[in-house]
Amino acid sequence: MRHLFRRIGFYLVALWASITLNFLIPRLAPGNPAEALIARFQGRLRPEALHSLEIEFGISNQSLWVQYLQYLNNLAHGNLGVSITYFPTPVSTVISQDIPWTLTLIGLSTIISFILGTLIGIFLAWRRGTTLDSTIPPILTFFSAIPYFWLALLSLYILAYTLNWFPLNGGYDISTTVGLNGPFIISAIQHGILPALTIVVSSIAGWLLGMRNTMITTLSEDYVLMAEAKGLPQRRVMFNYAARNAILPNITGLAINLGFVVGGALLVEIVFSYPGVGFALLQAVQNSDYALMQGLFLIIAIAVLAANFLADIVNAALDPRVRQEKG
Amino acid sequence: MADILVNGDKASTGSKTLLEVKNLSVDYLASSGVVHAVTDVSFTLERGEILGLAGESGCGKSTLAYAIARLLRPPALITEGEVLYHPRVRTDETGAQRVSTVSMPRKGQSARPGETEEAVDIMTMGAGELRAFRWTELAIVFQSAMNALNPVMKIGTQIMDVLQAHRPEMGPDARKQRALELLKLVGIAPDRINSYPHELSGGMRQRAIIAIALALSPEIIIMDEPTTALDVVMQREILIEIMRLREEFGFSVIFITHDLSLLLELADKIAIMYAGRIVEQGTSFDLYEHPRHPYSYGLLHSFPTIRGPRRNVTGIPGSPPDLRAVPTGCAFHPRCPFAFAPCTSILPTLEPSNPETPEQLVACHLYNAKLHPAGPPVEEEFAARYASLAERSKGQ
Amino acid sequence: MSQLDPLEKPVTAENTNGLPANFYDGVAEPSGTHIIEASANGQAAVNTPISAAGTSIAPVAVGGAPVTAMIAGSLSGFWRAITRNRKVVFGLSIILFFVLVAIFGPMFVHTDPNAFSENLLSPPSASNWLGTTQTGQDVFAQVIYGTRVSIFWGFLTGLLVTILSITIGLCAGYFGGVVDDVLSLLINVFLVLPALPLAIVLAAYFPFKGPLTVAIVITITSWAYGARVLRAQTMSMRRRDFVEAARASGERTLRIIFFEILPNEISVVAAGFVGTVLYVIIFEASLEFIGLGSPTVVSWGSMFYWAQNNDALLLGAWWWFVPPGLCIAVLGAALAFINFGIDEMANPRLRTERRPKVKALKTQKAVA
Repeated sequence: MRHLFRRIGFYLVALWASITLNFLIPRLAPGNPAEALIARFQGRLRPEALHSLEIEFGISNQSLWVQYLQYLNNLAHGNLGVSITYFPTPVSTVISQDIPWTLTLIGLSTIISFILGTLIGIFLAWRRGTTLDSTIPPILTFFSAIPYFWLALLSLYILAYTLNWFPLNGGYDISTTVGLNGPFIISAIQHGILPALTIVVSSIAGWLLGMRNTMITTLSEDYVLMAEAKGLPQRRVMFNYAARNAILPNITGLAINLGFVVGGALLVEIVFSYPGVGFALLQAVQNSDYALMQGLFLIIAIAVLAANFLADIVNAALDPRVRQEKG
Repeated sequence: MADILVNGDKASTGSKTLLEVKNLSVDYLASSGVVHAVTDVSFTLERGEILGLAGESGCGKSTLAYAIARLLRPPALITEGEVLYHPRVRTDETGAQRVSTVSMPRKGQSARPGETEEAVDIMTMGAGELRAFRWTELAIVFQSAMNALNPVMKIGTQIMDVLQAHRPEMGPDARKQRALELLKLVGIAPDRINSYPHELSGGMRQRAIIAIALALSPEIIIMDEPTTALDVVMQREILIEIMRLREEFGFSVIFITHDLSLLLELADKIAIMYAGRIVEQGTSFDLYEHPRHPYSYGLLHSFPTIRGPRRNVTGIPGSPPDLRAVPTGCAFHPRCPFAFAPCTSILPTLEPSNPETPEQLVACHLYNAKLHPAGPPVEEEFAARYASLAERSKGQ
Repeated sequence: MSQLDPLEKPVTAENTNGLPANFYDGVAEPSGTHIIEASANGQAAVNTPISAAGTSIAPVAVGGAPVTAMIAGSLSGFWRAITRNRKVVFGLSIILFFVLVAIFGPMFVHTDPNAFSENLLSPPSASNWLGTTQTGQDVFAQVIYGTRVSIFWGFLTGLLVTILSITIGLCAGYFGGVVDDVLSLLINVFLVLPALPLAIVLAAYFPFKGPLTVAIVITITSWAYGARVLRAQTMSMRRRDFVEAARASGERTLRIIFFEILPNEISVVAAGFVGTVLYVIIFEASLEFIGLGSPTVVSWGSMFYWAQNNDALLLGAWWWFVPPGLCIAVLGAALAFINFGIDEMANPRLRTERRPKVKALKTQKAVA
C-alpha cells in the first residue's frame, strides 16, 4: 500500500509539472510570440477573442502568481482557452472531439501489439534454436527500426493508393452519420485498420524481442529448473514459473515506452489524416494556434501519466517484491 | 499423519541397492570445443545411505547429479551410460500401498507386495514416465534457495503444486494439510504458508526447499551444496535438520559439496571427483583414516582440524584442468607429487586399492601392481611429498 | 523507483548451472546495467542488457593516471569486445558508410539541391537519379546533402543530450541523499512526460525555426533516459574502493566525478551514444515533418515535410519520400543489429551456438 501512495504522489508531482510547464513556456519564450500573433490577427478578431488571447499569453498587468492562480482556476473548470483554427470553438471542445479517435486507435493498437508480441515472444523462447527463432527476430528488428511515419507513408502508398485495398484518409466515411450505427462503425473500422496496422507492426518487435529475451534468461533460472525437476506439467512450468516472471520487466518497459508509442502514433495520425489528436496538433502548429497546442500537450501528458500509473498498478499486482520495497 | 516410509535397514520390501550408475558420461558442446564434464562414472547407492560427492569447483559433481535426474539442458549431452533405479512397493504418506509408477508391471507379470520390481533405466524413460518419476522418487534440494524458489509464488503454493501434479486424488484441503505438516516438519511457522520467498530469511528459505523436497516422500534426495550459501551457524542447524529427517524417513541422500570436512561427518560413503571422473571411493571412515589417491590426501589436508595434533596444511598447488583439454593419462598428473611415467599416458581405472578392502576403490597407478611394483606409498610419504611440492611452488 | 526497475538492477554473473568456471570463453562475464536503447523508432528496445564490458575488462582506473589514457583504455577494451560479434560489425559498417557519405558525399554531387528546374515531379531518370520534386529540385542531391545535415545535427544533438545526461546522472548517483532525491524526481518526471508533444510546444514558441531550435528542443526532452542509466551505474561505482581512496586522499568532488568515475563508465556512455544519435535523427525528422524545422535547410526531415505538403503521395511521387525514409530505416536497422549483437555478448545464453564435432578420445585405458 505504501508503495502505491508513493507512486500516486509521484504522478501528482508529474501532473503539476506538466501543468506548470504549460503555463510557463509561453511566458518564458524569448521574443514575444504573443504580441506577434496578436498583431497578426488584429483586425480579424473580435475584441473578446483578442482579450482571451491576451489572457492566454499572460499579457496582463497582473503578477505572474495571480496569473498562475487564474490559470489553475481555468483548468479546474475545464477552460483551456479558445482555438484560433476553429474559432470560436473552445479548445476543450476540439480536444474532446478528437480524443476518442486517438484513444481508440492508440489504445487498441498498443494492447494488440503488446499481447501479440508477448505471446509470440514466449513461443519463440520456448522454441529456441529452431529456424523460426533464428529468422523472426532479425526480420522484426528490421521492421522496428523503420520510423513510424515512414512506414505509414509506405503502407498508405502501397496498400491504399496503389492497391486500393484501404481508404486513403480520414477516420470514417463522411457520408455516414457519426454515431453508434452500423455503416459508421464499419467505415470507422475500415479507416482505422491501416493506421492501427502501422502502429502494431512498428511497435510489436519491441515487446516480442523483449519478452523473448527475458524468457530465455528466465528459462535458465534455478526455479524453472526446480519446477521441471518437480515433474510439473509443461504448461505450468512455462506459464506460472517462467512467463509469469519474464513478463515483469516488460510491463515496466511498457510504461517507459508509452511516451514513444504515443509520439509515433501521433505521426501516424498525421500521415493518415486521421481525425485524432495528432492531426489537430499538426494544424495547431501550422496555424500558430498556441492555445490548442498547449491544450493538446496537457491532455496527452495526462493520458500518458494515467497509462503509466495503470502499468504501475499492474506491476505491483503481479510482483509481490515491489509491494514490499523500502519506503 | 506423518510418513510411514520404512527405513532402509528395516525395509521389508525392495532390494538393498537403490540406484546403480553405470559408465555415465556427459559432454557439453560449446563453440570453443567439447567439454567432457563427466566421464565414465559408476557407483551404487544403497537404500538409506548417504553418499557424498566431493571435489573442487568444476569437477563435474553437479553435472553428474543433474544428469542422474535428467535435468541437464542443451548444450549438455549425456553421451553414454545408464542409471538403474530399483523401485519397491511401499506405504506412502497417505497410508496407501503404492507401487512406484515407474515400475508398472510388464506384460505377463504382476506386482505383488513384497516382491522387488525390475530396475528401470532412468536414461531411457519416456516423458510421461519421467514426469511421474520426478519428485515422487527423486527430489533435489538446490544450492541457492533464493534462486530455486519462484519469487512471485507463495511458498505454500510451491509445495502444493507438486502435490497437485502427482497426487490428483488429493483435494485442496488435504493438500493444504500436507503443506502445513511439511512446514512444521522443517520448523517453519504455519502462518508462513502464505509468504513469498523474499519475506523469509535465508535459513527459512533453505528449510522451505527441504520441505518441498519431502512432499512426496521420495526415495532419493540429491542435495546440491545445500548449505554453501549460508553462514556457519545456519549450516550446522540445517545439517542437523537433514540428519534428523533422514533418521525419521529413511531416504537416501546424494550430498554434493566441495567441503570434504562436512562429508566426513555426514556421509556413509564418499566419492571424490576430479576432472569429471571418480578418483577415489570408499566409506568416510576409510577415507579419513587412509586416503589412497594423492588428490584425496591433498584435499583432506587442505583444511585444519580443531582437535588433533598440529600438522602442516599444505593444499594442492596448481588448479583444476580446463575440461576442454584434459591432460592425457591421469588428469591429476600435472599436480601430483607422485606422478611417474605411466601417469602421463595411461588412464587409471577405478579399482579396489587392495583385494582385502573391495569397498575402497581408487583410480591411481600407485596401486597397480604391474605398473608400480614397489607398492603403494605409506602415510608419511604422502606428507613428505606434499611438503616438498609446497616448498617448490612457493619458490616459483 | 522500484528495486526491480530494469534500468537499475545490476546484472551479475549468472549462475552457470554447474558448468565449469571457464566454460564461457571470450568476454569475462561482466556485471553491467540494463540499458534501454532507443531504437530507430524512438521506441526503446526493452531489456537490452549492455555489457559494461569496458568496465570489467579495462583495469579500474585509479586516480593519478592521465584521464585520456584511462578513457582510451576502457574504450579500446570495449571496442575489442563488441567487434567480435558479426552483427555489431555489420551495424557499425552501415553507420560508417553514412558518415562517409555525410562528409564526402556533397563533394561528388554537383547539382545544387536547392536549385529549381523545369523538370517538375519527374520519376528517376538518367539525369535525375532519384527524380525531381514539385519544384524541379533534384531528389538525389537533396538526399546526399540531407545526409550531411541530418547526420551532423544528429551527432551534435546526441552530444548535447549525452553531456546533459552525464552531468545530471552522475551528480544524482554520486551525491545521493537530498540531491539525489531532487534530481531523481526531475529525471523521472521528464522521463514520463511525452517527448514529442512537449518538443512541439517548445519548438513552436521558439522565435527562430531551424536545426538549432530542433537540437535544443530535443536535448531538453531526451536527456532523462541516459541520466537514469548513468545514475544507476554511478551509484554502484561510488561504493568501490578507488572512489573511497580518492575521497580519502582529499580529491575535490568534481574531480572525482569527472576524472575518476566517468572514465570508468565511458563504455556505457559510448554504447548509449550510438543509440542516442539515431533516436535523435528520427526525432529531428519527425519535428521537421510536422513543420517545425527551417524551410530552407535541406535535410531528410524537410524532404518529408515538402513531400507531404505537396501531396507527393497522392501524386504518386514515391521517389520523393522513399529515399530519405530508407536512409533512416537503414540507419535504424544498423542500430538494431548493434543492439542485438551487444545483447548476445552481454548475455551468453542468447548466443546461437554452433555445435562442434565430437572428437575421439586418444588415451588408452589401463590394462587391469
